[in-house]
Amino acid sequence: MRTEDDLELVHLTKRYGDTAAVRDINHVFNNGTYVCLLGPSGCGKSTTLRMIAGHESVSEGAILLKGQNIAPLPPARRGTAMMFQSYALFPHLSVRDNVAFSLRMKGEDKPARHRAADEMLELVDMSHLAQRLPAQLSGGQQQRVALARALVTKPRVLLLDEPLSALDPFLRIRVRAELKRLQRELGITFIHVTHGQDEALALADQIVVMNNAVIEQAGHPRDVFAAPRTEFVARFMGGHNVLSLNGSRYALRADEVRLAPQGHAAVVRTVEYQGHHVAVTATMGEEEILAYVPEESFFSDPKSPGDAVSLAWEEGRLHRLEA
Amino acid sequence: MLKNRHVTGWLQAAPLSLVLIGFLILPIVAIVIVSFWRATEFSIIPAFTLENYQFLFGSPVTYKVFLATFKYAAITWALTLLIGFTAAYYLAFHIRSQTVQIALFLLCTIPFWTSNIIRMISWIPFLGRNGIANSTLIDMGVIDEPLEWLLYSDFSVILAFVHLYTLFMVVPIFNTMMRIDRSLIEAAYDNGASGFQTLVHVIVPLTKPGIMIGTIFVLTLAMGDFITVRFMSGSQKANVGRLISNDIALLQYPSAAATAVVLLCTVLIVIGILLRFVDIRKEL
Repeated sequence: MRTEDDLELVHLTKRYGDTAAVRDINHVFNNGTYVCLLGPSGCGKSTTLRMIAGHESVSEGAILLKGQNIAPLPPARRGTAMMFQSYALFPHLSVRDNVAFSLRMKGEDKPARHRAADEMLELVDMSHLAQRLPAQLSGGQQQRVALARALVTKPRVLLLDEPLSALDPFLRIRVRAELKRLQRELGITFIHVTHGQDEALALADQIVVMNNAVIEQAGHPRDVFAAPRTEFVARFMGGHNVLSLNGSRYALRADEVRLAPQGHAAVVRTVEYQGHHVAVTATMGEEEILAYVPEESFFSDPKSPGDAVSLAWEEGRLHRLEA
Repeated sequence: MLKNRHVTGWLQAAPLSLVLIGFLILPIVAIVIVSFWRATEFSIIPAFTLENYQFLFGSPVTYKVFLATFKYAAITWALTLLIGFTAAYYLAFHIRSQTVQIALFLLCTIPFWTSNIIRMISWIPFLGRNGIANSTLIDMGVIDEPLEWLLYSDFSVILAFVHLYTLFMVVPIFNTMMRIDRSLIEAAYDNGASGFQTLVHVIVPLTKPGIMIGTIFVLTLAMGDFITVRFMSGSQKANVGRLISNDIALLQYPSAAATAVVLLCTVLIVIGILLRFVDIRKEL
């Protein structure tokens, strides 16, 4: 279902000299969804985000929002706002002044912009630190201020450039829950760039996997994880084996592989205990197979590297790859 | 062990301390002591007297000359800041390639391969009555007769000051600008700031420490100078440095010392006031 608040990329291309950082991509970001742009570094995901934000010029193609091409507009007039990877808070301004910065640039008077800033700080639960300077805040607090600063302009689309990468792992999980809650409350589109597939799976309504300047696959996280279209997606999402059988390539989820009394003969390479399961890597002829064996069943009959085992899976679980 | 560390610490600090004591503290102490001595036309008498200071503060010449010194310093400061900031801004934000940046930066320092005096004197044939500037302007028909104020005037003094000291503004400002996170500029742009607004609200505030360090360099250099004023004004203008140098030429060391002490205090007060406004510790 299309609405005019959808953000659409049409044949979007970015070239640096002869190399294309983003090559002819088409995609519709539905209004009010949480979208993760996922891919390894250098895949073009950040460039795509920066083109949407207006910090990178567009070589070819268009970016449509509200029925107009926003590609030639300056960042502040696009209806988008960006949250930077390093937060980019102005170190000489207090938290409140940071949030109120865009309103000050618009020429709004002090009481009005302070009121709007305080409202935003309330939303991210930072009101009590409004007088502080950014350097006096923790990473998580700085992140929330950056979020408030981006949201104060009432954008239709919020662009987040690896927003969690500067946080420690525990905080990352807490903050991502907050991001999701906020997105739901505000009902606007969030486009979140990340290279962590767990982050994308946890947050996104839609995942867009990019590689080598093009979109490899886009869809609901479950669809992307359960039915990767290409070998790259299968490998990048993790927890998948890619097998060659009868001249075709197949993806097989690691948790579908069992250590069985009968099956394909293999030799255990490594054993890694990972809490609720054990990751066993085994070589089967040329191929290396990863199996997530439930903890209990593994330890009822433990294996060590070098042991011969037989691997089994249900044929129906093999997912054929297009490329 | 603790005592040992104590001794090591003192030993490590000793070389610099000795240099500073020998070449900074002792000379200043000597100047302060001499400033209280008595002098006549033919002798200097070690005594304690305030008459050097009484004479200094009682003379209208002192106030006039101090005022002239402040005027030179202020105008020089404003011009070096304007030129220095612009040059540093261009180098830091408009030159993308680091190689070009370094090359242009070194280019700025080339004039410093010659001595101060030579750079100063080389203005004289250019600005003189029949110099290149005047003859070119006459040839172009802009003026009918040579401009008198080009040389041996406040103009030429300040021109030489600006020429000599702008680099002292460029270097610290450039240094501070290079440390500004480029994403801050993008963030300002993202928040709707125009180029000028970004300059005023983001770049200038973040460059303040560099501006302050440059300011201290230029003010102290311009206020302590005497040779530039003497050469470029053809001995027609005065500043405090020339007051001191004249006293020394007349062997009036106590009077020269008293003037020097007052000048030193003035400069220290000015810097003290400036440092109250901007914290430069992060830059050191």
